[in-house]
Amino acid sequence: MEALLNVNKMTHYFGGLRAVYNYDLNIKPQQIIGLIGPNGAGKTTIFNLITGVHTPTEGSITLQDENIVGLATNEIAAKGLGRTFQNLALWRHMSVLDHIKMAHYSQLTYGLMGSFFNTPGCRKQESEIKENSYRLLELFDIKQHADQLVTSLPYGAQRRVEMARAMATDPKILFLDEPTAGMTPDELVQMIKIIRQVHEDFKVAIFLIEHRMKFVMELCQYIQTLVFGEMIAAGPPEDIQNNPKVIEAYLGKEDVT
Amino acid sequence: MDYFLQNLINALQWGSFYAVISIGYSMVYGVLMVFNFAHGDIFMLGTYIGFAIATLFIAVFSALLPTWVIFAAVVIITMFLASWIGVFVEVVGYRPLRQAPRASAAITGLMIGIIFETGILIFLGAKRLSFPPLMESHVYNIGGVYFTNIKVMVIVISLILMLALHGLIQKTKWGMAMRAMSFDFLAVPLMGVSINIIAPLTFAIGAGLASVAGILYGQAYPILDPYMGVLIGWKAFVAAILGGRGSIKGAAMAGYLLGFIEIFVAMVFPSTFRDLIAYSIILLILTYRPRGFFGMEYSTKLRL
Repeated sequence: MEALLNVNKMTHYFGGLRAVYNYDLNIKPQQIIGLIGPNGAGKTTIFNLITGVHTPTEGSITLQDENIVGLATNEIAAKGLGRTFQNLALWRHMSVLDHIKMAHYSQLTYGLMGSFFNTPGCRKQESEIKENSYRLLELFDIKQHADQLVTSLPYGAQRRVEMARAMATDPKILFLDEPTAGMTPDELVQMIKIIRQVHEDFKVAIFLIEHRMKFVMELCQYIQTLVFGEMIAAGPPEDIQNNPKVIEAYLGKEDVT
Repeated sequence: MDYFLQNLINALQWGSFYAVISIGYSMVYGVLMVFNFAHGDIFMLGTYIGFAIATLFIAVFSALLPTWVIFAAVVIITMFLASWIGVFVEVVGYRPLRQAPRASAAITGLMIGIIFETGILIFLGAKRLSFPPLMESHVYNIGGVYFTNIKVMVIVISLILMLALHGLIQKTKWGMAMRAMSFDFLAVPLMGVSINIIAPLTFAIGAGLASVAGILYGQAYPILDPYMGVLIGWKAFVAAILGGRGSIKGAAMAGYLLGFIEIFVAMVFPSTFRDLIAYSIILLILTYRPRGFFGMEYSTKLRL
């Protein structure tokens, strides 16, 4: 099958520090890929490089055969790349519903006059978006919080708001940066269920960073392991699980004396 | 009592000037987390544009059109033209320094302000100009309280502007983007929103508002000089901080409070003491409430 996203020999330096080296990635439609690695391995940097927060020093990135290196974050997002953040990037003091509505920004085409005079076209768009927003809220089990401020929600629900917001932009690929960080075991199980459902309902490809092995092994069809910016292993979950290099990176070298 | 009501109207008028101008500071801070220190001079330049448009319209149309049509046309055209000053300041002064330390970005505003002042000095000279009256001034007397139609107009138009702004921010997608930007700017571009649209739009709205304040100011105190924006700009900046950084509602309220404090201090003390006492009071308020009326806690924002 044709690749959705293709990253080829991507390398990035922060000053003299080599953060990512010769990184390759190939995401096909509807694939779920996991990126694991110890803290500071460069996982989030890879997210930032692909989503346009930083521009890679070397290498190419194509989204549906279109080059996206050097494009602004908003342009890349508009091409179908949604993302969440490791430490929630929500808009405090805005309601849950407003978050989802905001994510429809590029789908709102009415002008200033339209919104001022509340024209039928504008009202129609608004009601469509509201309907769509509620559907998403329901799917992510946060409908009951629709009019609450995000700050008043429990942590797990806040994470789901962020994910619902990313899905509202109608992405082809969803990037999740540690979707279960700081979650309770119950919330974790719910998150696995939600990601599965999103994957099925939206036919979206998912690329996720995660620390919890159980979560990655259960969800991903393909896993990459990153250590000091270099990929040391890649393959299906069972290969990764038994790969000595991966075990070494996570648990330290076995002492053979 | 009459004296009190009289001063209440004066306070509302001055409060309106401060409120409308200080909103420009707050909006820009909310979106970019820098203060636009050119804003006082944007107000000054907006007043000059208003002056030019008003002079032109009075010369050409005064025999043809009723006064209120001319007034409305001057306000709308000035607002439109002045908003481009805002766009100019953003594109030339702030965009190239968006990744720079905040302090560097803040002084570009100061420098652009000085460029505007000296620009006016060079092209129009140091002499003061007089803003042409766009309507006849009438003095009314209701139960012993004297007030002019100009004062009432200043207050009413300011309130209309602020209500329109409120609608824009609450109802439109751009307003929503501006609000979102003030809470977390990282996630906004991911929604397909370009900062290069929202930032200049914010500057433009601030400049448009300031220019209307300029026209109104010109009707109440019809003297223009290149430095007219400095003191009023600083006072509006005080209001923006007092209201809470980035809070539009706070800026408007603090603007009125500033007007009240100034006028009522002058009511009790000799007018030369006015600013000394008024700003000591504000210093005292800030000592007990450093983040202003509606400001967020300092630690809650990621960007500094």
